[in-house]
Amino acid sequence: MPIDDKTLVESAREDDSAPIGHHLETGGTPLDQVAAESGEGSRTLWSDALRRLLRNKLAVIAMAYLVLVTLLAITAPLWTKQLFGDPMYADTTKIMQTRFLPPSLAHPMGTDDLGLDTFARVVYGARISLMVGLLATAISVIIGIVLGAVSGFYGGITDSVVMRLTDVFLAFPYILLAILLISLMGMGLGPVLVAIGILGWTTIARVFRSSILSVKQNDYVEAARAMGASDLRIMVRHILPNALAPIIVYATMSIGGVILTEAALSFLGLGVQPPTPSWGGMLNEAQSYVVTQPALFIWPGIAIIMTVLAFVLLGDGLRDALDVKVSE
Amino acid sequence: MLQYIGRRVLQFIPVFLGVTLMLFILTRVIPGDPVAMLSGQRAQSPQILAQMRHAYGLDLPLPQQYLRYLSDIAHGNFGQSIATGRPVREIFAEKYPYTLELAFAAILVEIIVGISAGVISAVKQYSFWDVTVTLSTSLLVSLPVFWLGMLLQMFFGIWLKNWTNGQLYLPMSGAGGAGAPFPSYVYLILPAITLASVSTAYAARIMRSQLLEVNGSDYIRTARAKGLSEGAVLRRHAIKNALIPVVTFIALDLGAMMSGAILTETVFNWPGIGYAIYTAINKRDWPVVIGATIIVTLVYMIINLIVDISYAFLDPRIRYGGSEGRQ
Repeated sequence: MPIDDKTLVESAREDDSAPIGHHLETGGTPLDQVAAESGEGSRTLWSDALRRLLRNKLAVIAMAYLVLVTLLAITAPLWTKQLFGDPMYADTTKIMQTRFLPPSLAHPMGTDDLGLDTFARVVYGARISLMVGLLATAISVIIGIVLGAVSGFYGGITDSVVMRLTDVFLAFPYILLAILLISLMGMGLGPVLVAIGILGWTTIARVFRSSILSVKQNDYVEAARAMGASDLRIMVRHILPNALAPIIVYATMSIGGVILTEAALSFLGLGVQPPTPSWGGMLNEAQSYVVTQPALFIWPGIAIIMTVLAFVLLGDGLRDALDVKVSE
Repeated sequence: MLQYIGRRVLQFIPVFLGVTLMLFILTRVIPGDPVAMLSGQRAQSPQILAQMRHAYGLDLPLPQQYLRYLSDIAHGNFGQSIATGRPVREIFAEKYPYTLELAFAAILVEIIVGISAGVISAVKQYSFWDVTVTLSTSLLVSLPVFWLGMLLQMFFGIWLKNWTNGQLYLPMSGAGGAGAPFPSYVYLILPAITLASVSTAYAARIMRSQLLEVNGSDYIRTARAKGLSEGAVLRRHAIKNALIPVVTFIALDLGAMMSGAILTETVFNWPGIGYAIYTAINKRDWPVVIGATIIVTLVYMIINLIVDISYAFLDPRIRYGGSEGRQ
């Protein structure tokens, strides 16, 4: 029979005659405190962290940049075409007049070999990079959390199996395994997303496993277990919120790496296929014009560097704000 | 020592089996019809398909197929190109020496530039040079290597040539050879710098933080107290001990570089195995992509094993500290 936590808490309230130390001052019983620490009560930790983050100038600049780029990327279909021209399909009749134009008000970054506006294409490229960065990281985090949780929580053989699996994944040269996966799935945005997502979970799983190992020892986990909470409930309500900070830091830092990997795969022609612009794809096309039109490869490169750097700086800021130790 | 090697090799076996099992599942089990893929997705008559299936052993039970797969690997059978019919093994043997050459050149850059930049920035902490090194390493780890390659091509291949009226410049692509305008080592310069860039930044960072840490330790104070000059303290005591983690990093990095530098090789048309994989992707020659990836993965695993073992020769603490010593 499933045990109802609420009734347990209530019956415990009546029985409990020896509340522990400082919990008295907050007015609640120890069991209230257990519930509070696992979820709602962590508000102060997060607001402290937010305050510390906002004091970090570099992190704030990085956030402002990322918000701006995200807004531009999301709204791109609404204004690029009217202001700068179609970023995907060229007017083939006028290519000779419109190609390789220098930067001007009408084309802030000039135009490419097909006469397409480079600025509009860089903005469209941000859509791909941000989407892959966020979604692939989300896939990695979900796989990593599930496997790390199972491994750290149950220990024993389960733990060994999961840890050997991370060894196997780490034994592959990263980019080559990504290439292998994509060549098996077929090229394009979906396969790139899945491949990067599937490959990125190992670090997250290890980090989460070790935070679980340390959180698991706490008394409130014991208390929850004594109250008859199920494994899943203990994991979701009591362990996850307390093991979340390192995951947030690692995930933010790895978004930058994911964007670099996506750019590399698109550069190799495995990612988003033309005519959809992506930063890596634009660099691939610009290769033919390194000698005559260097501007074509400069702009997408700067876009990649600034975005990756922004995620790295934001990750650094979060690390300091949440007081997470990250080994280099 | 022998015991340590034995232990490392024993640990290697399950990982090796895991990797080959994964490759087997990925390339033979998941694709609905590997024969269609291996034969280039051209329509074939049912008889021919059945014959091919039999030839590849695809009509056998899966465990037996896996054993056959292992035996294929042991015999160096990694499939053949759809485009040219050449065995992947042969392509690999032809291209891999170039990849090795590039890897060693890049490691040389990494050792020289990485270590000296780290030492300078630690010794002159917070000076102009320290700030320069710290900033440039942060920048280097956030930029795509292939973009850096293109930037170097522009500076040294085009601008330098224009400024010096064609007197002085570096070649932008290829590996030279007979009839080329430069001796072959010149072709290595730009690709080696590009390939080394990110790891050099990491090596410099590790060197800097290690040296700063060592500088605060007791035996350094003792060395200073007995009157050794700063230079002697640095050379004889500090650098030697600070180097250990840097050497570990560089050794592992050598393994990574020897597994091919597909991006760098692509930018510079360097005729190594990475560039061969790139051209195969463009020609949709999937057996070459898959076969070459598998060989390189195996090479990478074996090199890492060798690095691990040879490292134990250098640092006795690892021999006695068990497998955790490296962490």
